[in-house]
Amino acid sequence: MAETVTERRPAPGVWATYRMIAGMWIRSTLAYRASFVMMLVGNFLVTAFDFVVIALMFSQVRSLGGYSFAEVAFLYGTSTTAFGLANAVLGSIDKLGARIRDGTLDTLLVRPAPVLAQVAADRFGLQRLGRLLQGVLVLAGSLLSLHVHWTVLKVLLVPVMLLSGTAIFCAVFVAGAAFQFWAQDAAEVQSAFTYGGQTLLQYPPTVFAKDMVRGVTFVLPLAFVNWLPALYVLGRPYPLALPAWLAFTPPLVAAACLTLAGQAWRVGIRSYRSTGS
Amino acid sequence: MSDLIELDGVEKVFEVRRKTGRLRREKREVRAVDGISFRVPRGEMVGYIGPNGAGKSTTIKMLTGILTPSAGRLRVAGLDPSRERTKLAQRIGVVFGQRTTLWWDLPLYDSYKLAHRMYRIPDARFRENLDRCVELLDLASLLDVPVRQLSLGQRMRGDIAAALLHDPDVLYLDEPTIGLDVISKAKVRQFLRDLNAERATTILLTTHDLTDIEQLCKRVMVIDHGRLMYDGALAGLHEAGESERTLVVDLERELPPVQAEGARVVKVEGPRQWLAFPASASAAPLVAHIAQAYPLVDLSVREPDIEAVIARMYDGRPLY
Repeated sequence: MAETVTERRPAPGVWATYRMIAGMWIRSTLAYRASFVMMLVGNFLVTAFDFVVIALMFSQVRSLGGYSFAEVAFLYGTSTTAFGLANAVLGSIDKLGARIRDGTLDTLLVRPAPVLAQVAADRFGLQRLGRLLQGVLVLAGSLLSLHVHWTVLKVLLVPVMLLSGTAIFCAVFVAGAAFQFWAQDAAEVQSAFTYGGQTLLQYPPTVFAKDMVRGVTFVLPLAFVNWLPALYVLGRPYPLALPAWLAFTPPLVAAACLTLAGQAWRVGIRSYRSTGS
Repeated sequence: MSDLIELDGVEKVFEVRRKTGRLRREKREVRAVDGISFRVPRGEMVGYIGPNGAGKSTTIKMLTGILTPSAGRLRVAGLDPSRERTKLAQRIGVVFGQRTTLWWDLPLYDSYKLAHRMYRIPDARFRENLDRCVELLDLASLLDVPVRQLSLGQRMRGDIAAALLHDPDVLYLDEPTIGLDVISKAKVRQFLRDLNAERATTILLTTHDLTDIEQLCKRVMVIDHGRLMYDGALAGLHEAGESERTLVVDLERELPPVQAEGARVVKVEGPRQWLAFPASASAAPLVAHIAQAYPLVDLSVREPDIEAVIARMYDGRPLY
């Protein structure tokens, strides 16, 4: 009996897989250099336009929902940076539905590597850094112009908020992708929560109806991305009169969201049906 | 335990929802695979055939761990495919004839480098396997070419090499010669024969091309409506299906249907006539008789079409 020739080594881990696949996609996009540069610039400009809209509003009014330009810029910067990071890491996971429809997910499933990492790195492109860069610039600008009495706690809360916010957005991306195992055309629904959520959080909660604020606090906990911690930094009360210590819970909320999203993903992949051929 | 593939009463049921009204939907169960059992020992090369929608691909997808079976027991190389999918991936190679696993915009060699890293193939082994595939599949001049610029036949050979660099115990080939020209087909078949002989790689092959099976597989399994209809030698399949070959004769002019013993005319088109005769019979006496009795210009023999063989073979019940 022919023995197995090679010794079978354990499958690469999530990060190793991610780096391999992302590297392949970066080299693929660099095959079309001009298009890459245009995408990068385009990405930066399109997302920067969101901020131009806010700047234009403030050329007409002094405050928005009781918030100054610098304060809104802080919300905008934290939301866009957190989302930009999540989007850079696994933004194209919403293309999963297309891969399910055309059957190419099968080719990922027969590789000895975690599928989530492969799908997350799918079509990875450095042009996604355009959005992130724009968010970081606005955040830096707001930090320079804010009139806030900085304490150690507040200074520490900013990076914690950005990382937790990234994790929460990542969880939304993964949960949305898991949902596509049942509804392959759900990419638009997912976008409503990811891109829509990001835009919502760029504005102060006071401009929205109470029910909306309740929804993103208790149902889909996007408020923990930046609203709750950011209002603590800015020294503002939360519209639903919630206790101030909630400003420090984003890491816990993020961990819970990631766990749930991971579960949803596992259930999704087990119920995968593939295509006819 | 030398059975590399084991299936015991494996089923896959899909629930299909159909719109029956503005809001009403009807749920229906489709049994894509309906209780299949078979075993494949190490080193065997098996043809797995059946009409479209018979359940071939569904079986392969369960064997690779892509789909979870609804019922039954399934083992490949001692592993439960859907539960130990990534572990199994190290032991199997898969070639989907209709979709490539190669990287479209990158040179062919880059896809192999990724396999090297992803399957963690020892360097010396990778070199050795790659050199062998490059030589036997004629890939040397293609390694630097972006995959999108390869022809279908070149890409298929590239895909087969990609599936073999990690020394899989089992190779699944889904329509490996679909759309290939005669020369490419011959190359691929020769390569598979060598691989099977030298490495004792177990090969499960689905195909529409009966010649693939004839040249490669001693054993053939036929599936239809999710059930195994036949499992045995190819020769037996012809008998079971009472399969017929076709003799096409071109006569000098239009004539009434040719009279010949052991054959019947199935079609006439001007001076050309089609005669069906049993696949087990020799064509020589038939040709001799016609050449003697009729003004014969040209002739050719057509092998039975696999779909036709299967269609004639059964009326819905297993034959063995």
